[in-house]
Amino acid sequence: MTYLAYAVAGWLFLAGSLGIARSRHLVQAIVALSIAQSGTYVLLLGVGFQRHAAAPVFTADMTIRSAVVDPVVQAMTLTDIVVSATITALLAALAVQAAKLHGTADPDDLRTLQG
Amino acid sequence: MSRGVRMAVCAVGALGVAVLLAAAFTRMPAFGGAHHPYRDAAVGAAVRHATPNVVSSLNFDQRGLDTLVEEMILVACVLASVALLRPAHHESERPARTGGRVLPASRLVGYVLLPVTLALGLDVVLHGHLTPGGGFQGGVILATGLHLVYVTGDYAALRRLRPVAWYAYGEAAGAGAFLLLALAGLVSARGFMADILPPGRFGALFSAGTVLPFSAATGCAVVCGMVVLLAAFFRQELQITETGEADR
Amino acid sequence: MTVLVIVVPLVGAVVLLGLGRLLPRRVSDGLAAAAVVATCCLAVALLHRTGAGRVVAWMGGWRANGTHGVGIPLVADQAGAGLVVIAAVLTCAALVYGWRYFESVEGHYQVLILLFLAGMAGFALSGDLFDMFVFFELMGAVAYALTGYKIEDPGAVQGGLNFGVINSLGAYLTLVGIGLLYARTGQLGLAPIGAALRGHGADPLVLAGFVCTITGFLVKAALVPFHFWLADAHAVAPAPVCVLFSGIMVPLGLYGALRVYVVGFGGVLGAGDVRRTFLALGVATALVGAVMCLAQRNLKRMLAYSTIGHVGLFVMAAFLLTPDGLAGAAVYVAAHAGVKAGLFLTTGMLLNRYGTVDEHDLHGRARGTGFRVAFLAGAFGLAGLPPFGPGLGKALSEDALGAAGYGWSSAVFVLVSALTAGAVLRAALRVTFGVGPHPSHARRTGETSGAEEQEVDVPLRRVPVTMAAPAGVLIAAGMAAGMVPWFARAASRAAARFLDAGGYLAQVLHAAPARPVPASPHAFWTAGGVALGLVSAVLATGVALAAVHPAAVPRGLRRAAPALRPGFQVLRRAHSGHVGDYVAWLLLGVVVLAVGLIPALTW
Repeated sequence: MTYLAYAVAGWLFLAGSLGIARSRHLVQAIVALSIAQSGTYVLLLGVGFQRHAAAPVFTADMTIRSAVVDPVVQAMTLTDIVVSATITALLAALAVQAAKLHGTADPDDLRTLQG
Repeated sequence: MSRGVRMAVCAVGALGVAVLLAAAFTRMPAFGGAHHPYRDAAVGAAVRHATPNVVSSLNFDQRGLDTLVEEMILVACVLASVALLRPAHHESERPARTGGRVLPASRLVGYVLLPVTLALGLDVVLHGHLTPGGGFQGGVILATGLHLVYVTGDYAALRRLRPVAWYAYGEAAGAGAFLLLALAGLVSARGFMADILPPGRFGALFSAGTVLPFSAATGCAVVCGMVVLLAAFFRQELQITETGEADR
Repeated sequence: MTVLVIVVPLVGAVVLLGLGRLLPRRVSDGLAAAAVVATCCLAVALLHRTGAGRVVAWMGGWRANGTHGVGIPLVADQAGAGLVVIAAVLTCAALVYGWRYFESVEGHYQVLILLFLAGMAGFALSGDLFDMFVFFELMGAVAYALTGYKIEDPGAVQGGLNFGVINSLGAYLTLVGIGLLYARTGQLGLAPIGAALRGHGADPLVLAGFVCTITGFLVKAALVPFHFWLADAHAVAPAPVCVLFSGIMVPLGLYGALRVYVVGFGGVLGAGDVRRTFLALGVATALVGAVMCLAQRNLKRMLAYSTIGHVGLFVMAAFLLTPDGLAGAAVYVAAHAGVKAGLFLTTGMLLNRYGTVDEHDLHGRARGTGFRVAFLAGAFGLAGLPPFGPGLGKALSEDALGAAGYGWSSAVFVLVSALTAGAVLRAALRVTFGVGPHPSHARRTGETSGAEEQEVDVPLRRVPVTMAAPAGVLIAAGMAAGMVPWFARAASRAAARFLDAGGYLAQVLHAAPARPVPASPHAFWTAGGVALGLVSAVLATGVALAAVHPAAVPRGLRRAAPALRPGFQVLRRAHSGHVGDYVAWLLLGVVVLAVGLIPALTW
């Protein structure tokens, strides 16, 4: 079980990438991109985990020597989530306009940029 | 490339990346281990600045530059989505249609849950330095809470509740407040984004130095930004049509 | 004070964000220009300060205690500060170009440009790996939006999507790499990571961390096979945005990869293995860019492939990891930025004046002197004609590669410069002189046409001086870089400082005082460099004339053409515009990079 978190992270990233490659709809591609990114969350949080440690929020009964999980990766994950959510919104806006202009949202049928 | 060739290339690439990652994962430190030097330093620094929530201390105090840039990414993406979803030359904006049936019970649920959700969101923002939460998390709760009115009611109710122009100014104000507070540290010669307020008593509401003001500014910018973003999508879907297309 | 270079554009952006819908167009243009000019002055002042040594500024008033401190440093040396200066100058040109006429609603364009400048400045100056990632995402988000800005153009939104998906995937891979490095070293700063890895063996975790971390930056740098997005994005983005992409954003990706290697991995992954891998990738990139360049009829797409070709040459020189090679790459990048930016702005003027950027549709239509001078100067500049700037960069790079034992690479430099400059010269001859038979208008399958939406509200009858002046100034500056010995000497000092990883670690970790570095005394034109520059200029002319008058080509050469056609068609079909293809190539590229670096493993 020691490698489960990392294996899940790697699997999510690769499944997301494969999802973009075989997608038949622009929104499907964007969601697959989000899945690929979820893999990075799992990896970061897995790297920072410590067994039998509490959350990095100090309540009244904890001291500075209490074991807490790594807050640095949690801060990184928070930043990562905000960034990816907003960029997904941006890509979704592009997808809306692309579907309107091309009449289709299937990446196979977008043929304006070739060669 | 044809679909088959593309999937073959992708499979080879994915397999190679999987092997690379597997070789890396087997050499990582043991999962759940206790050796995290950056954590030790960060916890010490957070406690010195009287911030019980170490993640908020990292976000707004120790690694504040990352959060400033993250805020700017939010501003950029909201603005970009508004710009990309604007009416094109051959399109125009028509007034939102009214009518349609909304169950009174559904509306009641919305009206009851709206203040509860807003209070919860405000609590998450303002206690970000004490309990899990902060500007980003609370801001998202507030923004989606406002849209409860749309989910349980209709678009007209939502439009009455949130005049978009105010929220656009609010977003700029939140981002501007964040920048001003960061520059205040520079002006006071303590450093950019330095903690210029007194730390206060550990666990009190007004403590943790500048973490609370930064959190509040972020919350304001996030809620206004998300509302503007969602408003752009609503407008694109419900109000923008090609000029000359008959109303259906 | 260092951080003001990043904060001033942010303040300008937020002010314009709040007041954009209230201010008249001229006031928001003026405010944005003021912010950029202020940033430019601050960047020049910073560059001046870095002459005496690296400038280290800790954010938030946190100082490092050994390797276990908290806080983010900004570390400015001549290379980073120089790139910020180039970014500010190009942003100024983009804003002046867009003055009054560029279709911008509520100041959106100006806000996005200012945020882009802040992102680029932060990326060049940051000393923390995760901070670099966040600035990289800021650059990326704004770039996707600016690429798809012309929402009436079907190609624009498709190009923006392709760009967005591939760049984001590369950035997420960078984040995976950062996570792996954090697991191994427990640090996020570049200097602490370098100190922690130094002296230990390079095992697969270190290799995977390196490969994944730099993949995102190499996607931005458009190295083969991560390069597919660049032609799509440039073909559809507005001209001033292409200026920023080709001029500074792409070189910043290369800078990021180099910085991560030199500071973080210089002590653990052998320079020889890294050099060989990137030399191979650089040659592939240069050849792909040059060959595809000739096949384009969309002028902006042609210039984009020319950028890819030159990026290959930059990579070959820079990843030699010697002061001479890096100095040559630095001069080449700076001069190329000026010339390529000027060419993009000229193409934008063609679009706004004549309504198209298609080489065939523009045949003989733009016979004005300004267009002729700009295109000819740009073409011969890119060819490496002495004594102009790109030629000096090319000469220095060839000398450095020859001194390191890779003399055959001069042939690649000459060939790629000749082919890309030949394509630009061919366009110049056709469009501004009307030379040669009128080519057909019909678009062949697999070609991208030059039909494009204009950037201005109404077609211009005359090109305004706000559009022409930046183009002229940039081309002149790029050309002049090769004629002043001071510039090459400054570049070699910057290169020596960049490669001084020990000094970087000492200054950031232990607050050691700054030390000056000596300059290489011979960094200027040599007889060999002049000769090779003339050769590629002559070859470029030959390529252009052969393309315009195919009947004049000797029969022997014409018989060779059909043999190359199948290979060329395969290459062309690979550039399909389909985002799924690009993802497949991205994954394959990561594998190629990792396999190439296997000899560097020491465990």
